[in-house]
Amino acid sequence: MSDAKYFQRGKIQELRAELNSDKRDPKHTKKKTVMKKIVANMTMGNDMSPLFPDIINVMNVPILEIKKMVYLYLINYARSKPDMAMMAIAMFIKDVEDPNPLIRALAIRTMGYIQVEKIIDCLVDPLSHCLRDQDPYVRKTAAICVAKLYMYDRGLVESERFIEKLRDLLNDPNPTVVANAVAALTEISERSEDIQLSLNFSVASKLVTALNECSEWGQTYILEALLYYVPQEPGNAEMLAERITPRLQHANSAVVLTAVKVIVYLMNYMEKEEDIANLCRKLSPPLVTLLSAGPEVQYVALRNILLIIQKRPDVLKNDMKVFFCKYNDPIYVKLAKLEIMFCLAHAGNVDQVLSELKEYAAEVDVDFVRKAVRSIGRLAVKIESGAQRCIAALIELIETKVNYVVQEAIVVIKDIFRKYPNQYESIIGTLCENLDNLDEPEAKAAMVWIIGQYADRIENADVLLDDFLYTFLEEPVEVQLALLTATVKLFIKRPTAGQELVPKVLKWATEEVDNPDLRDRGYVYWRLLSTDPAAAKAVVLSEKPQISTETDNMEPALLDELLLHVASLASIYHKSPSTFLNNYKPRYLMPSPVLRRTRPATFEPSVTSPTAHHEQEQKEAAAANRLSFNGYDMSGFQTGNPYATDVVSRPEMRQSQVTGGVDLLLDL
Amino acid sequence: MISAFFIYNQKGEVLISRLYRHDLKRSVADIFRIQVISNTDVRSPIITLGSTSFFHVRHENLYIVAVTKWNANSALVFEFCYRVINIGRAYFGKFDEEAVKNNFVVIYELLDEILDFGYPQNSETDTLKMYITTEVVKSERAVEDSSKITIQATGATSWRRSDIKYRKNEAFIDVIESVNLLISNTGTVLRADVSGQILMRAYLSGTPECKFGLNDKLLLDKDAVTKSNPLRRPNAVEIDDCQFHQCVKLGKFDSDRTISFIPPDGEFELMRYRTTENVNLPFKVHPVVNEIGRTRVEYKINVKANFSPKLYAHNVVLKIPTPLNSAKVEVKVGAGGKAKYAPAENCIIWKIPRFQGQSEFTLSGEAELSAMTHKKAWSRPPIAMDFQVLMFTSSGLLVRFLKVFEKSGYQSVKWVRYMTKAGSYQIRF
Repeated sequence: MSDAKYFQRGKIQELRAELNSDKRDPKHTKKKTVMKKIVANMTMGNDMSPLFPDIINVMNVPILEIKKMVYLYLINYARSKPDMAMMAIAMFIKDVEDPNPLIRALAIRTMGYIQVEKIIDCLVDPLSHCLRDQDPYVRKTAAICVAKLYMYDRGLVESERFIEKLRDLLNDPNPTVVANAVAALTEISERSEDIQLSLNFSVASKLVTALNECSEWGQTYILEALLYYVPQEPGNAEMLAERITPRLQHANSAVVLTAVKVIVYLMNYMEKEEDIANLCRKLSPPLVTLLSAGPEVQYVALRNILLIIQKRPDVLKNDMKVFFCKYNDPIYVKLAKLEIMFCLAHAGNVDQVLSELKEYAAEVDVDFVRKAVRSIGRLAVKIESGAQRCIAALIELIETKVNYVVQEAIVVIKDIFRKYPNQYESIIGTLCENLDNLDEPEAKAAMVWIIGQYADRIENADVLLDDFLYTFLEEPVEVQLALLTATVKLFIKRPTAGQELVPKVLKWATEEVDNPDLRDRGYVYWRLLSTDPAAAKAVVLSEKPQISTETDNMEPALLDELLLHVASLASIYHKSPSTFLNNYKPRYLMPSPVLRRTRPATFEPSVTSPTAHHEQEQKEAAAANRLSFNGYDMSGFQTGNPYATDVVSRPEMRQSQVTGGVDLLLDL
Repeated sequence: MISAFFIYNQKGEVLISRLYRHDLKRSVADIFRIQVISNTDVRSPIITLGSTSFFHVRHENLYIVAVTKWNANSALVFEFCYRVINIGRAYFGKFDEEAVKNNFVVIYELLDEILDFGYPQNSETDTLKMYITTEVVKSERAVEDSSKITIQATGATSWRRSDIKYRKNEAFIDVIESVNLLISNTGTVLRADVSGQILMRAYLSGTPECKFGLNDKLLLDKDAVTKSNPLRRPNAVEIDDCQFHQCVKLGKFDSDRTISFIPPDGEFELMRYRTTENVNLPFKVHPVVNEIGRTRVEYKINVKANFSPKLYAHNVVLKIPTPLNSAKVEVKVGAGGKAKYAPAENCIIWKIPRFQGQSEFTLSGEAELSAMTHKKAWSRPPIAMDFQVLMFTSSGLLVRFLKVFEKSGYQSVKWVRYMTKAGSYQIRF
């Protein structure tokens, strides 16, 4: 069979003539050939919609292969020709009553894709029938079809009570039907403002039992849905997690990572540290195993590991070696591994990590080399006992004179000076040998900061600064700011050396430059120096707060949110889904009597509110043995999440104030 | 979930395009071509532009691409792409541009079946082949047949038909281990581990229940306790972690570590495992590489086989990197295979077709370098090694038994083979 020949542009006229040809075609081979040509042209992006009326005539050909191609055509073009699509209705109506379940399912599946009003109107009745069809294959197809319909017309799904019908399918004897119903309900809940999936313990427990019988994909859908179960009694989370752990052995990484997500989620509702520690131990081996999957899955796993180990440092704490980069790993895998290595580094393994990083610093990919060099510096800041060796390694790297390596090293050495004042200044001499190579703003600014900070120890600081000042007006703002401050520092520390430079810089900053930050800072210095030199000294040379690599860690509120999104895109970008998707319903750790209060301030307002608590109980009671949907079961229960505002806005607000303050100080 | 699925060739021409949701138009296909295929420096398998995310996997000369506008489960999307490749291979032998173009109609049929509204559905090749075939089938298939198919496609053992018959019942087991090794330039082992695969070819009639046993330390220790047998087997292997084909009852493995399953018909991967304890490295490599001045590099590479002299390794290949500015490279290997300088790959390729256990070979060579203007030192990439050793497992893993129970009570014949090959076997110098 070689259908490749159909991949060439077909003329509408010719194709139409072939479709309508009266030639004898007892086995419909000619019809099939022309349909193939049309599908091939569709694939190539050629507009085949003018053929619509002719295609309708082909619908009655009793060959399944042709029917499937016609359906494919309809899915592609029906929306652009809604009137024409009407002509297909008779065919669909006939097919959904076909004795063959495969044909029934095919018809209902295809109708769901054709989102044209008239067709949707005709879909409602058959869909209700199909949801109760005797054949499980038809039922599982119909379940997904409800989700399709919901995307097209939410009101219709609600008025025809399809949600209830889906809910009934959760009791279906067939595991695939259950899994698809769960998938449909989950998506509807995630997109809806007033429908919220919430599982009680008995439903959650039943779904976990169904896992054993489901296909790998079905298992993933069910595991995803388990995030809508909020444990209410002590012991429930532990019990469920225990029953999910066998999934960690599944060959499909989607099942494994989604199981990890549920287990990490349930840990928030566990009482004993011991149980959590036990589960953490069980998580490590399967996560390592994911690193022998394809590189794409490795990447997904690595980005998630980075999140998990920030929340649960016990996971993988002894598995540093598996994150060493292989020479032929794809670059995205290498970069992700590097971050994890840094995160897992501690005083006990710092030497091992350092020797790896030195190896990476000699590789070819510029981006990777830079990150490796930067990591060496961060390592020095993170682990005091290893600082000496890290600095030696950086000096070695600077001596290679490779331009971008030198610049990256200088940027991190600035942080090392900040962290360990008066310990490593002896290397300043080496740094000063490389001034000519600096062409990146960040490196320049770092070097200028060093010169200003140690103006009293660098004998020719004034000469060096003067060199940099030569191009002051062409520099980017961050370098200009650094130069301004460094010059003022020089003047305060060694007035004679700085007295010629300061007026020049202040004049430039205040008169020649448009940037308001720079201008304002210039004025502040100018007034300070002219009115109260002692105050100027106190401000400019003030004691700087300690820096630490803690600032690299993710904000706890964001981390908690991302852990509810393990395996998803958000977990790869380390960004809340609302930052890249519109109308995304945010997820929170829902309050419950057994929620661990690691950060009491965050949850107190909502949990202590007695009415909310009461309503929560009521809701549980109403849910009894089945799912509850706020919009349905709870008349009067307000829509949306009443705790939402409390949970996110508070820590964020506090955080932004703090970082704002730190930033200001760091610049000096 | 997945909104659209595309297959491109290397030129960026669309070979398959299927939209599953109306939140996208076909024109997104062009965006991927511009952003990824025409881009020489792609640094991630996922790109997001606005709220549209593209996932891609490369296979042969194809790009397999899934597009979503949702916060999709990325592991699931990639697993689905891998699955499409596997189904393609099972159907067409090879999954490349030619196969896709020649079978595009079947591929559309498959895609309609295995992905519904962006949700992956049953994708077991065995079941799919019952109703999506490359031969012509008539529309009026007997209704009973179809019901059988639908039960199969949605049932708890969706991977196996119930009416399989063989005259001779046989099962073949292949234990294939990949040894991963990373040795530092001072000769210390940075990491050594084994990732193993157990492949099975089952030609068994009816619905056979199989039980499978390894010299798994945890299991053997447990047996020893329950049978109050004080003798602990010394050759038990500690398995760090394992993963199973979906036919294996995971609950049962979790409770008592027995591997029991109803196998699919034909070939499949029963399990994957990992070990890090007591890895027997099949080869030891001693590299001595000296840069003499700026114009010369001297090589002396010694490699020794560390397994029993009764066994042989096949297809042993060492790739020994040379500096980018090598002008002339000379190598001598004596009796040990052939070595050749491959300028295109910047390395010396040393091939030893047959390598007896306990023997050793040495390569000596010299590279002359041309003068270079830029300063950066040679990055010295690691030596990479490739090999296959039959009837040897680096981890020491052995199959203890495979029991087959079927209600008709037939006898079955089982075969086991072992092979160890190089995974990422790298030696820095």
